[in-house]
Amino acid sequence: MANYTEDELAEELKNQEYKFGFVSDIDTDTIPIGLNEDIVRLISSKKEEPQWLLDYRLNALELWSTMNEPSWAHVKYKKPDFQAIAYYSAPKQTKKYESWDDVDPEMKATMTKLGISMEEQQRLTGVAVDFVMDSVSVATSFKEKLGELGIIFCSFSEAVQNHPDLVQKYMGTVVPTQDNFYATLNAAVFTDGSFCYIPKGVRCPMELSTYFRINAGGTGQFERTLVIADEGSYVSYLEGCTAPQRDENQLHAAVVELIALENAEIKYSTVQNWYPGDKNGLGGIFNFVTKRGVCEKNAKISWTQVETGSAVTWKYPSCILKGDNSVGEFYSVAVTNNYQQADTGTKMIHLGKNTKSTIISKGISAGKSQNSYRGLVQIQKNAHNARNFSQCDSLLMSSECGAHTFPYIECKNSSAKIEHEATTSKIGEDQLFYCKQRGISEEKAIGLIVNGYCKEVLNQLPMEFAVEAQKLLTISLEGSVG
Amino acid sequence: MITIKNLHASIEGKAILKGLNLTVNAGEVHAIMGPNGAGKSTLASILAGREEYEITAGEIDFDGKDLLDLSVEERAREGLFLAFQYPVEIPGVSNVNFLRTAINEIREHKGETAMSAKEFMALVRDKSALVELDSKLASRSVNEGFSGGEKKRNEIFQMAMLNPKLAILDETDSGLDIDALRIVANGVNELKTDQNATIIITHYQRLLDYIIPDFVHVLYDGRIVKTAGKELALELEEKGYDWIKENKVN
Repeated sequence: MANYTEDELAEELKNQEYKFGFVSDIDTDTIPIGLNEDIVRLISSKKEEPQWLLDYRLNALELWSTMNEPSWAHVKYKKPDFQAIAYYSAPKQTKKYESWDDVDPEMKATMTKLGISMEEQQRLTGVAVDFVMDSVSVATSFKEKLGELGIIFCSFSEAVQNHPDLVQKYMGTVVPTQDNFYATLNAAVFTDGSFCYIPKGVRCPMELSTYFRINAGGTGQFERTLVIADEGSYVSYLEGCTAPQRDENQLHAAVVELIALENAEIKYSTVQNWYPGDKNGLGGIFNFVTKRGVCEKNAKISWTQVETGSAVTWKYPSCILKGDNSVGEFYSVAVTNNYQQADTGTKMIHLGKNTKSTIISKGISAGKSQNSYRGLVQIQKNAHNARNFSQCDSLLMSSECGAHTFPYIECKNSSAKIEHEATTSKIGEDQLFYCKQRGISEEKAIGLIVNGYCKEVLNQLPMEFAVEAQKLLTISLEGSVG
Repeated sequence: MITIKNLHASIEGKAILKGLNLTVNAGEVHAIMGPNGAGKSTLASILAGREEYEITAGEIDFDGKDLLDLSVEERAREGLFLAFQYPVEIPGVSNVNFLRTAINEIREHKGETAMSAKEFMALVRDKSALVELDSKLASRSVNEGFSGGEKKRNEIFQMAMLNPKLAILDETDSGLDIDALRIVANGVNELKTDQNATIIITHYQRLLDYIIPDFVHVLYDGRIVKTAGKELALELEEKGYDWIKENKVN
């Protein structure tokens, strides 16, 4: 594949079009399993993409075929068979359940505990109900409001059709195609995602989550998100959804790129609770995500994540502090229970002068899970007066779980100031006893203690999601002290 | 209120309590004194329900219920309060949030509705004044960064908020300066009614200058070996515990 020339490619394509006739009408929502050039072309044609994007995908596929799945993370799992996956399925607009009675009772109970309204529960589970009309109208009114300010917020596919100049200019500039195995795979086969552009000097008046929750029920397997905050603008974006997602896709490899131009600020929050597998470690999502943002002069990017789901998580939301005086922040809570494994953290790359980064990571391990923080703070030689503060705390809930910290610090400028603090503690029997002696049940006591422990991070979340995230933490850790 | 009969308890096979008897009625204040290692704090822990102790014999009746049958939180909801010798810090959890959760769990247990925020805040103001606790401490994390004296005052503040039937003060006087001691004692005295009772566990007599007990018991080697009125405390202060040990041997 490495010596493959464009001419050969063109020749082959010509033949294959005939062979498979994939430009013709295909009425199925899922394409055959496996990954090869035909599949990539099929995805692109189904989405009616421009030539440059098809080329982008094919280039990625070629690169990917020469790459190996990374093995440095502190996780163990059976490597997915990339040829056994169907790389395209239509957005889940179709109803998944015939009636509300068919929905898994455990899932219903969890959503009720989270305080999600019955209407929203039905929508999230994909039960066909008639209030859909209502949601559409609410979504439309949001869209109008955003449109007046020149804010573009749409699916990635729509952006490709309607704003190809912006997509082409910025896509792949932060996470290049060849960045890593999963990112390259994503570049070849991504099906959809979100796109957001905030014009110069505009402060987005709402959490983009509000709209998101109404508009997007299901998530794709290979999502691609691109957020561009033009000079002097501000946006707060919340990805994910606190309802449990019993997604049938086992492998998720998303790419998120944030671009904060001069004086802009992006706040990106994630609440992730995909299916973590059962109590015996069977099933569950593999979540291999590449998230990165670049800050121009005086810009700021702040990542906040609350991760309680997935069987295996591999995720390092990072900031490239390119411009002088730019600021990067990373606030994370990662909870693992039963047999879950998480290897998560951040990279702060200081390039500009007076750049500043803050890392607050709170890991909570329960059951037989393994929870690792992996972080890189890199000060390049021109980053005069760079500052970093890192705090990595681990809380152990059982005697069979593991917490690990892998901090990497690379400093090439002597004026830098880097601070790193780390603690590991076990949830105190004394704390639990104290709460119980005041009449508080064990379940509520764990909720209080864990939420207190994560407070610095939860405080960074938009209000409405902070409340749900708190409940989510409690639910994830139910009956886990031992 | 509480009747303890022939209580035997051990930890890791070692007998600590060896046939303890004690009856406390509503409206009474009892002081339990004794030398180090006599089993005073063990008694407090067992009453509160710490699991590491094994009850090998005996029974405890708490207001008509078998106390040993109840879980830690059920005991608390039934009105048993322990002021800890070493109050625990819970970072990130505000005192107010902590207490509101506790009060509402207790109310739910009693079949009452949750307390409104307004009513709750009024109660906080009222009760924090009682122990001269800075109202700022009420909104800080539970015991985090509190001085020793503040922690003990916070225990009494919590006691005032939860309004228990039976309060057990485990060495509440230890580590208190004279002003804090006075404040804590005032709080306890103010909370006393003929409906509730207090057990004060202490090594020294000085707290009893401020809280006058109805009975003073001497706990020695896992048993109550002497019971008398408040004058016993003074006698102990003067003579120490050796004469009791000798009496017992003889």
